[in-house]
Amino acid sequence: MAAEIEFAAVPIKVTVNGVKHEAVVEPRTLLVYFLREHLNLTGAHVGCDTSQCGACTIQLNGRAVKSCTILAVQANEAEITTVEGLAREGVLHPVQEGFREKHGLQCGYCTPGMIMTAVSLLETNPNPTEEEIRHGLEGNLCRCTGYINIVESIRWAAEKMGGKNVSR
Amino acid sequence: MTTDHTPTGLIGASIRRVEDPVLVAGKGCYVDDIQLPGMLYLAFLRTTYPHAKIISINTNAAKAMAGVLAVVTGEDVKQLNIPVAPMVQDQKIPPHPLLARGAVHEAGVAVAAVVAQSRALAQDAAGAIEVEYEALPSVIDAEKALEPGAPLAREELNSNICYVATKKGGDVDTAFAQAEHICRMHIASPRQVALAIEPRGIVVKPEPTGDLTVWLSTQAPHRVRGDLATALGFPEHKIRVIAPDVGGGFGSKGPLYREYVLACHLALKLGRPIKWIATRSEDFVTTIQGRDQAMTSELALKKDGTILGLKVRVVANLGAYLYSSTAGPPQRMMGMAPGSYQIQNCHVEVVAVFTNTTPTGPYRGAGRPESVLNIERLIDKAAKELGLDRLAMRRKNFIRPEQFPYKTGVGVEYDSGDYEKSLAEAMRLSDYDKLIRERDAARGRGELVGVGVSTFVEPSGGAGFESGTVRVERTGEITVLTGSSSHGQGHETSYAQVIADKMHVSMDHVAIRHGDTLAIQQGVGTFGSRSMVMGGGSMTLAAERVIQKARRIAAHLVEAAPEDMMQADGGFAVAGVPEKKVTWRQIAAAAYGGRVPPGMEPGLQETVFFDPRREAWGFGAHVAMVRIDRETGKPTIEKLVLVDDCGVIINPMIVEGQVHGGVAQGLGEALREQMLFGEEGQALTGTLMNYAVMRAGDMPHLTVGETITPNPFNPLGVKGVGEAGTNGAPPAVANAMMDALAPLGIDHIDMPYTAPKLWEAIRQAERRPAARS
Amino acid sequence: MFPASFGYVAAHSVEEAVQLLTKHGEDAKLLAGGHSLIPAMKLRLASPRTLIDLATVPGLRGVRMDGNTLAIGALTVYADVASSELVQKHLPGLVDAASVIGDVQVRNRGTIGGSIAHADPGADFPVILTALNASFVLQPRSGSRTVAADDFFIDFYTTAMAANEVLTEIRVPLPMAGSGTAYVKLPHPASGYVVVSAGALITRQPSGSCALARVALGGLGSGPVRAVATETELQGKPLTPEVIAAAAARAAEETDPEGDTYASAEYKRHVAIVYTRRAIEAAVQRASAS
Repeated sequence: MAAEIEFAAVPIKVTVNGVKHEAVVEPRTLLVYFLREHLNLTGAHVGCDTSQCGACTIQLNGRAVKSCTILAVQANEAEITTVEGLAREGVLHPVQEGFREKHGLQCGYCTPGMIMTAVSLLETNPNPTEEEIRHGLEGNLCRCTGYINIVESIRWAAEKMGGKNVSR
Repeated sequence: MTTDHTPTGLIGASIRRVEDPVLVAGKGCYVDDIQLPGMLYLAFLRTTYPHAKIISINTNAAKAMAGVLAVVTGEDVKQLNIPVAPMVQDQKIPPHPLLARGAVHEAGVAVAAVVAQSRALAQDAAGAIEVEYEALPSVIDAEKALEPGAPLAREELNSNICYVATKKGGDVDTAFAQAEHICRMHIASPRQVALAIEPRGIVVKPEPTGDLTVWLSTQAPHRVRGDLATALGFPEHKIRVIAPDVGGGFGSKGPLYREYVLACHLALKLGRPIKWIATRSEDFVTTIQGRDQAMTSELALKKDGTILGLKVRVVANLGAYLYSSTAGPPQRMMGMAPGSYQIQNCHVEVVAVFTNTTPTGPYRGAGRPESVLNIERLIDKAAKELGLDRLAMRRKNFIRPEQFPYKTGVGVEYDSGDYEKSLAEAMRLSDYDKLIRERDAARGRGELVGVGVSTFVEPSGGAGFESGTVRVERTGEITVLTGSSSHGQGHETSYAQVIADKMHVSMDHVAIRHGDTLAIQQGVGTFGSRSMVMGGGSMTLAAERVIQKARRIAAHLVEAAPEDMMQADGGFAVAGVPEKKVTWRQIAAAAYGGRVPPGMEPGLQETVFFDPRREAWGFGAHVAMVRIDRETGKPTIEKLVLVDDCGVIINPMIVEGQVHGGVAQGLGEALREQMLFGEEGQALTGTLMNYAVMRAGDMPHLTVGETITPNPFNPLGVKGVGEAGTNGAPPAVANAMMDALAPLGIDHIDMPYTAPKLWEAIRQAERRPAARS
Repeated sequence: MFPASFGYVAAHSVEEAVQLLTKHGEDAKLLAGGHSLIPAMKLRLASPRTLIDLATVPGLRGVRMDGNTLAIGALTVYADVASSELVQKHLPGLVDAASVIGDVQVRNRGTIGGSIAHADPGADFPVILTALNASFVLQPRSGSRTVAADDFFIDFYTTAMAANEVLTEIRVPLPMAGSGTAYVKLPHPASGYVVVSAGALITRQPSGSCALARVALGGLGSGPVRAVATETELQGKPLTPEVIAAAAARAAEETDPEGDTYASAEYKRHVAIVYTRRAIEAAVQRASAS
């Protein structure tokens, strides 16, 4: 049928958390659903439909992006890191650890997106001020924590990654 | 030596959460994470006209689409409704169908539903359904809905009034006749959206046995199961409801919703699993919304500030349909109208009104924030009118510690409290006198700076019982089953602290299980700041019973008298002979191995259904300092001090987190959040593009303090705290804003205090000749 | 929410993109970062039958100096505009704007060309680029043409681009010596889009008087509007706070903004005056510092 050819599925290759994947996707497949439903990586969450909440944040070629606003086909040939790819051999990333240490999460739904944004923030700015952390989180909504402890969590991680002594 | 009274130190410790390693790794399991073989997807066509008659629905094109398995309209499921038990006498309960039958009454109503092989196909097919409407006039504002000639929100009723309820106490007429001053005020609380970041959703699986397994993003799995059974006419004992990880609720995930019943009905009909996850836009207009109560009050006073009496008329906007809990917030408002003050002469009337808007219901506070806002603004206004100090006036009228238990003028009994204590602590922490000096100095420079205070009560732990089971397994490890399921509150941590402490074991010896009706005895759920009071209370009593039984078994094993057995680390020991120890493992082996004392039932498990028959009344005092940019109206919160008293604190870190989160929502209400509907009932702020919540950069610094007044009626001495932030912070900010604007002669503005609204008020005041800067 | 079905083609050159646009006609849309288009498609406000991906076209990214002009590839993402040393050195006003669009994630993905071509009335780039007297290079079927920002933004979501043209480059003339640029914005508290914004390019003579003023406002109309009265008022005058305030007071003249659920038309006009003043003051300060 003509329509089927016109809307033909598209082959893509992506590397996710270091693992190469090849898939054939419908062009309208959003990256977040590709990750969640094709690769069973359900850490990236969907919290809105207008690119506001940031729960779906992942790293695409090293940058934090909202995977609900990217087509899977646009990620062809890309390197992706999701929250599931942060821990190394069962050891949590310092940002993940920071969220636990400083009670940076309650219901946990926004958390993977928050963590991915924070990881990117610390990669570009390893020692951010509180103001810079708050500004860096402008694309992520949390409804449980009031952000207070999220900011604390990221500061904790920054200190830990800087090799400084971190007090609990 | 270890005795029964030596605490293990777990209660009161800021233990890191047990829940977190999974959640920070992205390995939580929320409803949308569940994928089942053969699963189908449900989507809805929602109405284009919020209030209209339906002339025709054409589903032919949708039915013909590839991948579509079912298309249904209201006529196809006309036997199915949302069950609503009356909460108030003579309450009108108009039909609440799953899909519109003949007419729609608000923007969230679905006209048709589609089941298809993928979400996208379901959405495509829903978009292919054609509906012809005949628009009807809408009524949005509840007070306007009471005016003569107002359109009927529900045309099958003869008025927009759902019910009128009244509470009277004392002698109001005499109080007002004797009053030396009467303070009058009208306040509208802005309608709020709960906006849990996880939208609502369901996965339902019909089992080959005829049972139904339901994964639901809910705060109350057992209650919802009962309602679901009633709605479907399906046996409750064949339904298993699982609340997996739940991404926030704030009250809004309490009720049984239309989509859930329909998903179950269609799954049974098609014999296939079905998933429905709300889009954010759907969630906005279909999930119960909060507040939207308008209060008209009169406070009768003596010139010295003594309150003689209070009259309040509350017009509560219920929306177009009722859910099980819709009448909850106005009823709560009524029971809390006198706040923390001795007001015996009360007359509170609630007029609950239907409008063509999304149904309302509990949202963090659920009537508490409305009542606190009302009385706290009234007190400030009255103090100003009488030329009295607002703190002195509060102190003069506080219920005093020795008066508890105290029955208020609306017939509600407060259990315990010391309101002076939390106010004094808030004054100390905020350095209140210094704030006032700073305000006065700023005022002298023509700046708009204000300081506000709220003192409030916060009832928790209502809504009947909660259940707890404590089971010592064969190996001595402990499983706790609680009817109070978590959606972010950290139950698995706090409850484990309680039980480990009571049973003298380490926390990893205790597993807290919740949120599965198959595993857990009947329960109620998590809302209204009730978890530690009710869930914690019930499992503590169950643990005490287990300990009593275990003591007898332990005594039997070492041939000692039960009264000589003392709790020791990991089990029991004989008093004075600490080396003569019996571990939980040994006790359990005996309990399940037939070595119990004669006449004792085997096993080591106890269940308690706990109903203290009274609520736990927490309290607090909040102080805010605000600044308003005269040029643009932009408000800034310069200081916010929060002192809450929730009795004994189990995990200070978690309690503080609850306060932070509540404050963020409270500040949202005070500064920016308001759900608005257009004249026809269309949602004007129905997406995150126009409904503004607080972001990280918007939050001020918080100073969190506490006082501890143990609850004498609770086994743990606890009270709830989850709603403290939404109760106390908004009125403190409101009073501060009005204090800032007082030099301009501005008397009252309703929340939210957005920059454009404040600028408009400032401009109008500056145009008035009397205004001075 | 899911977009309606569409076909996807990756273009590998601008010429190919133009050919594809011509072939698929009105039902086709160009896809750059997708941060304007994909949200609209998810809400089904846009349902193109074909998306032509420009991201696979080489050479459309990055900032370079071309004589006295800064040339910015259309596919350069906001974050890279903001962090470009060339832009930071010569056009701090453009950095101001690029740093306040959306949020971190949006700035990592959204492209300057996409923002310009989409012409959202709440967008930031059209406003600052109008103030900076930028022009846009469009590539039709053969050759190319350049349209000045003043002539480019026609109406809500409507530009001077023809249906089969591709925007390839944004060209910003380097301001003369003694110039300063700035952009200030009142964002909507929910969407982050412009409620009102002001962009300014001020050239200051050594004497301290104003040699050139270009001021553009966002949020007051269907696209960026020049604050002509303000510009005229400043011309040749000493750039004192009083002169700036008096000139800014005329910023909202002849504008007729629409009120909305957040801000009334009156508030927008008022804030336009305040923000115009703030933008000019910031530009003058930068001019003095340079």
